[in-house]
Amino acid sequence: MKKADLKSLDLATLWRGLTRPDPAGTDRVVPPTGFTAQLTVFSAAAMAFLAVFALALALATGRLAERWSTELAQTVTVRISAPEDQIDEQTVTVMEALKTTPGIVEARLLPDDEVEKLLEPWFGPDVPVEALPVPRLIEITEATEGFDAEALRLRLQGEAPGAVLDDHTRWRQPLVSAANRLRVLGLVSLLLIGAASGAMITLAAKAALAANGQVIRVLRLIGARDITIATAFVRRFTRRAAMGAAGGTALGMGAIWALPSMDQAGSFLTGLGFQGWGWLWPLLIPPVAAAIGFGATRWAALKMLREVR
Amino acid sequence: MIEMQNLSFGYSGNDPLLADMSLTLQPGSFHFLTGPSGAGKTTFLRLCYADLLPSAGRMTAFGQDVRGLSRDGIAGLRRRVGVVHQDTQFLDHLPVAENIALPLLVSGEQVDMPALGELLAWVQLSGHARAMPPELSGGERQRAALARAVIMSPDLILADEPTGNLDWDMSMRLLQLLIELNRSGKAVLIATHDLNLIRAAKQQVQARVLRIAGKRLQLAGADL
Repeated sequence: MKKADLKSLDLATLWRGLTRPDPAGTDRVVPPTGFTAQLTVFSAAAMAFLAVFALALALATGRLAERWSTELAQTVTVRISAPEDQIDEQTVTVMEALKTTPGIVEARLLPDDEVEKLLEPWFGPDVPVEALPVPRLIEITEATEGFDAEALRLRLQGEAPGAVLDDHTRWRQPLVSAANRLRVLGLVSLLLIGAASGAMITLAAKAALAANGQVIRVLRLIGARDITIATAFVRRFTRRAAMGAAGGTALGMGAIWALPSMDQAGSFLTGLGFQGWGWLWPLLIPPVAAAIGFGATRWAALKMLREVR
Repeated sequence: MIEMQNLSFGYSGNDPLLADMSLTLQPGSFHFLTGPSGAGKTTFLRLCYADLLPSAGRMTAFGQDVRGLSRDGIAGLRRRVGVVHQDTQFLDHLPVAENIALPLLVSGEQVDMPALGELLAWVQLSGHARAMPPELSGGERQRAALARAVIMSPDLILADEPTGNLDWDMSMRLLQLLIELNRSGKAVLIATHDLNLIRAAKQQVQARVLRIAGKRLQLAGADL
């Protein structure tokens, strides 16, 4: 086959062949293949089902990483625990130090009522904050570029030994990192599912084409163009992939919907699933599966047709 | 229509099966192609419908060099050439009528049902229109193959041992159909080693007899 002939089987032509109605029943030239058809539909459905979960995982971990990152950025505090006669002095020293630290926009000493609210879960309402040796808390707002936490920590150590910079990095950063990796894994899983679907449909299409070698030879003999033959196969496999994927996607979305909500699960699952407009994302799976079926069958058909003059 | 000039063909590089062949098939002509088994009759026919390409020499079909034809060009050529094989293949999942109409279907042309009915009647298969190909006898298969070959109204009909599996009566019936097609202006080329068939045809049409011998194409004598 010449390269120019391959170009005649361009995607636009095939797409027209796929979307145009087939009143003449040209597809009937390909014999029905019951078992292969069922396997293709089932495999496409199973892959789409898994893809929904991979997508849900990627989106959920993405949200998680984003939330933790935001909280991380918002929850830098300095805690001052010092003897009663030194605590005011050290608080002033820390506030001065924070004002002169590059990358800090604002440093706010939490008033007693806010500290009381923070302690409420442990001590109940009406905590006598003034009667307890409660540390002073200073909330820091960072600039976009952030500040040098290590340098500030060392400075505070020298100027106010009772002050502890708590930027939560030590325990949150690995979690954010893990969530980001999970998101990447989810996306990689989606790619692998797509690739596996393509491989599976290619194998099924190649098997169908090989089984119909005689049909193809007869069609070529009577003057059928490659595009006519290829379209008959491509249309069939694309439809199977799309139908199977639509079913698998619907099942997957149903399963995700039926998962316990975040509140009921006590945040354990951290909201695995879709939220708001996120429910639209899985609807892309059937068209993508159809596109994969289209590409895989087209490739297999062209390869096969090259062998038949 | 088909013109060959010093055409050679070989399946392996240095040993041509057919060598230095020159021939012109005119519209409305009737030719027989004879020769011993393995001489290259089928290969010659395959060259005519561009299933094979010449190794050397030049061949044009309907004014176009076959070597320069694209795959779509070859498909177009085959719509103008009807081919009947000894062991013609059908699509076994489609009824006989649909198999016969297949060239129209794959060309995107409308099937004229009354015309299809007439064609089935012409090859005496009206009663088998809904039958599946495996249900047909050898003679019925050959007539169905002939109907499929002519449904696109081709300019040239190639038949490769079309009567090889048929008894004499059935062979005569098929020959009669081919002669009728020739009388309607179609060129006919039949590869056969059946001399009786050739003699029977020559009583009715002006047929030239070609013979492949020693890798070359010769005009056979009139004493057949």
